[in-house]
Amino acid sequence: MNPFSSGTRLRDMIRAIRACKTAAEERAVVRKECAAIRASINENDHDYRHRNLAKLMFIHMLGYPTHFGQMECLKLIASAGFPEKRIGYLGLMLLLDERQEVLMLVTNSLKQDLNHTNQYIVGLALCALGNICSAEMARDLAPEVERLLQFRDPNIRKKAALCSIRIIRKVPELAENFINPAATLLKEKHHGVLITGVQLCTDLCKVSEEALEYFRKKCTEGLVKTLKDVVNSPYAPEYDIAGIADPFLHIRLLKLLRVLGQGDADASECMNDILAQVATKTESNKNAGNAILYECVETIMSIEDSGGLRVLAINILGRFLSNRDNNIRYVALNMLMKAITVDAQAVQRHRATILECVKDSDASIRKRALELVYVLVNESNVKPLTKELIDYLEVSDEEFKGDLTAKICSIVTKFSPEKIWYIDQMLKVLSEAGNFVKDEVWHTLIVVISNASDLHGYTVRALYRAFQLSAEQESLVRVAIWCIGEYGDMLVNNVGMLDIEDPITVTESDAVDVIEVAIKHHTSDLTTKSMGLIALLKLSSRFPSCSERIKDIVVQYKGSLVLELQQRSIELNSIIAKHQNIRSTLVERMPVLDEATFIGKKAGSMQSTVSSPVGASINLPNGVAKPSAAPLVDLLDLGSDDVPAPSSSGGDLLHDLLGVDLAPASKQSGVNHSPNNNGTDVLLDLLSIGSPTQSSSSLPDMLSSSQGNKTPVSPLGLAAPSSNSIQATSSAGAAPVIDLLDGFAASTPKHENNGTAYPSVVAFESSNLRMVFNFSKQPGNPQTTVIEATFTNLSANVYSDFIFQAAVPKFLQLHLEPASSNTLPASGNGSVTQTLRVTNSQHGKKSLVMRIRIAYKMNNKDVLEEGQISKFPPGL
Amino acid sequence: MIRSVMVINTQGKPRLAKFYEFQPVEKQQELIRSVYGVLSSRAENVSNFVDAESIFGADTRLVYKHFATLYFVFVFDSSENELAMLDLIQVFVETLDKCFKNVCELDVVLNYSKMHTVLDEIIFGGQVLETSSTEVMKAVEEISRLESASNAISLVPKSVSAWQSR
Repeated sequence: MNPFSSGTRLRDMIRAIRACKTAAEERAVVRKECAAIRASINENDHDYRHRNLAKLMFIHMLGYPTHFGQMECLKLIASAGFPEKRIGYLGLMLLLDERQEVLMLVTNSLKQDLNHTNQYIVGLALCALGNICSAEMARDLAPEVERLLQFRDPNIRKKAALCSIRIIRKVPELAENFINPAATLLKEKHHGVLITGVQLCTDLCKVSEEALEYFRKKCTEGLVKTLKDVVNSPYAPEYDIAGIADPFLHIRLLKLLRVLGQGDADASECMNDILAQVATKTESNKNAGNAILYECVETIMSIEDSGGLRVLAINILGRFLSNRDNNIRYVALNMLMKAITVDAQAVQRHRATILECVKDSDASIRKRALELVYVLVNESNVKPLTKELIDYLEVSDEEFKGDLTAKICSIVTKFSPEKIWYIDQMLKVLSEAGNFVKDEVWHTLIVVISNASDLHGYTVRALYRAFQLSAEQESLVRVAIWCIGEYGDMLVNNVGMLDIEDPITVTESDAVDVIEVAIKHHTSDLTTKSMGLIALLKLSSRFPSCSERIKDIVVQYKGSLVLELQQRSIELNSIIAKHQNIRSTLVERMPVLDEATFIGKKAGSMQSTVSSPVGASINLPNGVAKPSAAPLVDLLDLGSDDVPAPSSSGGDLLHDLLGVDLAPASKQSGVNHSPNNNGTDVLLDLLSIGSPTQSSSSLPDMLSSSQGNKTPVSPLGLAAPSSNSIQATSSAGAAPVIDLLDGFAASTPKHENNGTAYPSVVAFESSNLRMVFNFSKQPGNPQTTVIEATFTNLSANVYSDFIFQAAVPKFLQLHLEPASSNTLPASGNGSVTQTLRVTNSQHGKKSLVMRIRIAYKMNNKDVLEEGQISKFPPGL
Repeated sequence: MIRSVMVINTQGKPRLAKFYEFQPVEKQQELIRSVYGVLSSRAENVSNFVDAESIFGADTRLVYKHFATLYFVFVFDSSENELAMLDLIQVFVETLDKCFKNVCELDVVLNYSKMHTVLDEIIFGGQVLETSSTEVMKAVEEISRLESASNAISLVPKSVSAWQSR
């Protein structure tokens, strides 16, 4: 006999492993044992196979590789003795899995053992099958298992029932074979078999519609009766848990009833009485009793409507919420979350209790409760709920603050009844947990502040006070800097005092102090510092007395190691030093930021289900229809991403921006607001993100020429230091905007109907002819764009022999459908339409371009018009 | 369905690990470690339920109970009743208690395969098989009896032959 293979006993090995002080020692012991086991396996040692596998299983549990023992399992299973088979099957379940090829070899052994005369060996085989059965094995062995469902011993019957679940999950087609035997199991008296039988029926219903119908018709009444018997059964010590008779059977039965009752009024009707009985009669002072109640509530919530029962159920949950057991509160919150879709009003009644759970010491309960509160908030209760939550924010754990802050901000934004309340709440949140606030939250806050012109003074003073107390909250600091930069004069002069305010004395130099502190604070990041510099520039014009000091602060950053700061510092310094004459115009207050656009932009990223966003009621830009605002912004956004920055000079930029402002104004006074504000909106992003810049010192000079036009200038002035990307955005964005506006004039109704992201474009326009493109995409095929071209005759003559031709570069494919007519009536009294299909093989990388030629006869004279279209909406 | 049953000691060593959905060995160890990480940082008087979705993926819940030096952990999906699972842990522990007469960690470690026998009589392929600890005990005792009976027969010649070869 091999001296190694005798090895150590299992117990000794476990002791040796337990005695190890370090992981390295443990590895050494395991390595030695594994080596001995391998040697023993190679010797094909029969005597110790059993012990070796037992050791391997222990080693497996510790996380070491044990694949070399897999064949040993099969050998043990094939041997005759019970202990060998037992360890073999155990090893099979632990070391192998259904995906391994070796498993095919075991099917035959399993088949033999399922027919074994020793029922315990049958039990072992069933257990292994129930754990590792693959689809193929399921097909091979299903008849055996089906036969065992009628075995004389209940222990085998129940194992066979659960094994059948595995089989039908692997191969749902086999379900029909099990329907009848499963129905027989429901008549069992043995609790263990009944539980597994009910479970089998539940799973059959999940995989087979046929089974569901069958059980619903044939078994609902029987099940109700069984449940009634269990509920009223006398004390049965065997299945008793904490004084409740067989809670598991209760639960399984309730679960099956739920499956049967869902979506079927008759079955639901049939079980109403017993559910009411369970809900009222079950004791609720024990965990087991509560488990039954909990299951009962879930069943009541799922089956077809019965108002009375639902009220009963939600009241049970309400009782759960005030239970002292954490577990009960936890499940109650889970269930209320589901119940809220069924009966929100009933859940609202327990609001106060739920709010208490937000303050629970248990993190999982807090989290659930917070989610629930979030769903419960509406316009009428937002104020008290927010107050509670913000009060709690002060004392909550650090790790909970992130979640809590996000939820509060979201609630406040969604439901705020008035601006001053919104600003107040946000300032509280920022002072408490500003470091947990996401960027878009304080961006939104700035937009709202900017819109609340009567609250500017109030806000800046409140921010000044808050800053004194919580200067370490980054996002509070940022908002404070921005507001002081914009409204610093209101801070110093106490402009726009509200009745509720206490007067406050702030000198000009105090205001500059705030910004200096923020810039120099060691935790301030690039964004904060950049915002600080801009604010200083603004203050330098507003507080002439502090101008020198501000210049000194700005100059300090000339040597900053951060390029962004260095550059800003140099540029701002040059504005302060050399361009006194234009500075005041340059740093004028930001125009009101457009809330509708900002919210529309956000809606793209955050899907909001609530119907009343805060901005909708407050400031619609001069009558632009709201649905059209969102695509407009999308367009601009995309434009800034996709279009390569053209190397336009500052002069172009100015021209574009002015163009944007003037051209639509002259055409349609209703819309002039939005493009202008888009520019500023982009600017806001720019300020906050601190994008890389390009020096453009010529810009301020050039800007001075536009003093006459105030609104567009001041955002530009601010943007000047970091203007490279704004050049890209606005010059790229500007052109589509103009087109877009024309497009609206021509085909607004159409655009709103189709609701797609691509607005129409006037692709071509001459003195005689206008061509409008409407875009649409077929779902699932983003590469292909269907363009509907509409031609309108602008002259007083009829065009005949009208032909439209188009050519595209190689990466595009173009297909032209026939035109609707070749005659175009005069003076816009009708139009010709023609459909083009363009497939863009470089979709997402290159945008569409097209060269067109239009030929027609006017007064029998050939006319030819040509042009190139490159201003397609991005994303096509 | 129950996804997994684990017994972990308070030092983070696994004492029993059973996965009803296949996981490779490395993944098993990782799961055990992350579960231990969560459990060891939990306070005493909090609920027995832990958010397990970050560890085990969507639609999973975790219930645990802490006895002396051991955590008993059940991981399962939404088709099981959380409170009932808590009772099932109780059944499991009670059965072990009957089996080993005041069960302690050492019993669990040394009788590794018996633990599995008990567990297999309570949970079968992720489904609840039996909830009465008396019934479970009956089955477990019968299996032990069969084992020792056949061991007695098979071991005698083995020990004799080993003794003879010396």
